[in-house]
Amino acid sequence: MWSNLWPKLGAVVLAVAIWQLIVWSGWRPQSALPGPWPVLERLAGDLRNLDFYAGIGMTLRRAALGYAIAAGAGTVVAILIARVKLARRAVGSLLVGLQSMPSIAWFPLALLLLQRSEGAITLVVLMGAAPAIAAGLLSGIDQVHPMLIRVGRAMGADGLRLYRHVVLPAALPAFVGGLKQGWAFAWRSLMSAELLVVAGNQTSIGTQLQLARNLLDTQQLLALMIVIFVIGVVIDSLFGAVDRSVRQRWGLLGGEA
Amino acid sequence: MSNVMALSDKHALSVERLTVAFPHGDQVMLALDGATFEVKRGEFVCVVGASGSGKSTLLNVLAGLDRPSGGRAHVHGRVALIFQESALLPWLTAAGNVELALELRGVKASARQKVAHELLNRVHLAGFERRRPHELSGGMKQRAALARALAQEADVLLMDEPFAALDAISRDLLHEELERIWTESHLTILFVTHNAREAVRLGDRVIVLTSRPGRVAHEVPIDLPRPRSLDSPELAVIAGRITDRLKHEMSNGR
Repeated sequence: MWSNLWPKLGAVVLAVAIWQLIVWSGWRPQSALPGPWPVLERLAGDLRNLDFYAGIGMTLRRAALGYAIAAGAGTVVAILIARVKLARRAVGSLLVGLQSMPSIAWFPLALLLLQRSEGAITLVVLMGAAPAIAAGLLSGIDQVHPMLIRVGRAMGADGLRLYRHVVLPAALPAFVGGLKQGWAFAWRSLMSAELLVVAGNQTSIGTQLQLARNLLDTQQLLALMIVIFVIGVVIDSLFGAVDRSVRQRWGLLGGEA
Repeated sequence: MSNVMALSDKHALSVERLTVAFPHGDQVMLALDGATFEVKRGEFVCVVGASGSGKSTLLNVLAGLDRPSGGRAHVHGRVALIFQESALLPWLTAAGNVELALELRGVKASARQKVAHELLNRVHLAGFERRRPHELSGGMKQRAALARALAQEADVLLMDEPFAALDAISRDLLHEELERIWTESHLTILFVTHNAREAVRLGDRVIVLTSRPGRVAHEVPIDLPRPRSLDSPELAVIAGRITDRLKHEMSNGR
């Protein structure tokens, strides 16, 4: 546990030290680039303030909603592409393109279609996460060892039962990988979208960031960035834990008998 | 041949002028070309052939996983397949793999665990029920695969070089195990191997296939008393003759 933790802690300490050195160098005045200490003090103050959590809560709710829809849609699309030849020919290559397209490019269209609404934000998160999730599951299904399919069929599983008992479990590690990547995309898309939608009286991490910038409150700005970073790290490590336990169960980690 | 076919109720499986072709680039590759043989109920038959003799194709057709291009392959009753790699589902435990075979056969959930335990016990894997395939040795995986095949309650067991990847001692033990299970049950076994000694060790009869395409070149009845030892001189003499035959076939096939 400790041997896992100390390199990470070391990296954090190093990053903070570099930050402090840049501040000390006098490259920018303290009002534009405050040092770690005042920012952490500010963050501690924020964390005692209930209003601060309203913004985080709003942002996390949006992330959860958009991500859940993306996970559902991505799963359905991947299974359709895997099962239906025509769907593969139609959508298979589109998926690759969508995956490399920055989802924020959807935002102007989303605004025209749905106005400055929650729907527009959800759509951007969905378009960010769904292609990665679908691609993960699809590659998992495509890469199921033919031997396992033969085994399943030889045991009398076909159609849906083959999917349920053999193909989908075999594809699970790749699916979890896709879900993890999808989350990273969802989180990024959401931050971009929240920065662009300043309107609305809903407070969110994005609006708070914009507000801090408009007020030239760089301590608040950096404190919020730390919050965004920490949320990303925590959720990513949750996915990492699920990923490891699946791989462990599936015998995909090296070093076992 | 036709009057033999009339007695087919005695036969567990029959292969008649079986031809299987695969597209290979823009050409057609013949894997099997008019193979013909029969296996009696309860018989243990080994098929030997060099690589390219269509051994695996033969089993796939018999198991209904590949379609013949010509001729017929017929199995009377249920079929279970055992592969070279154990091909256990890696996310299920040993017991879970056996239970899935039971579930797909329609065995009630309440009975599965008990039956799986009995079957694993029968292949000497008691105590390893909760292990996953990657926690089992090669020989243990093949025992679990054997238990899973037994769970399918097959009449005919098709085995595709099942012990080829095992060390000599594990293979010896599994030969004994398989022979014991075969004697206790009413199973018919068609066992494919490239190893002539293994074929002679196990089979009532050995069928030698030609290479590229596969055809029945030769049938050798093995009258040695059981249990046989892989190291016995009588066995070595017969196996030597089969190996010579295989080498001859391979040089023709080139």
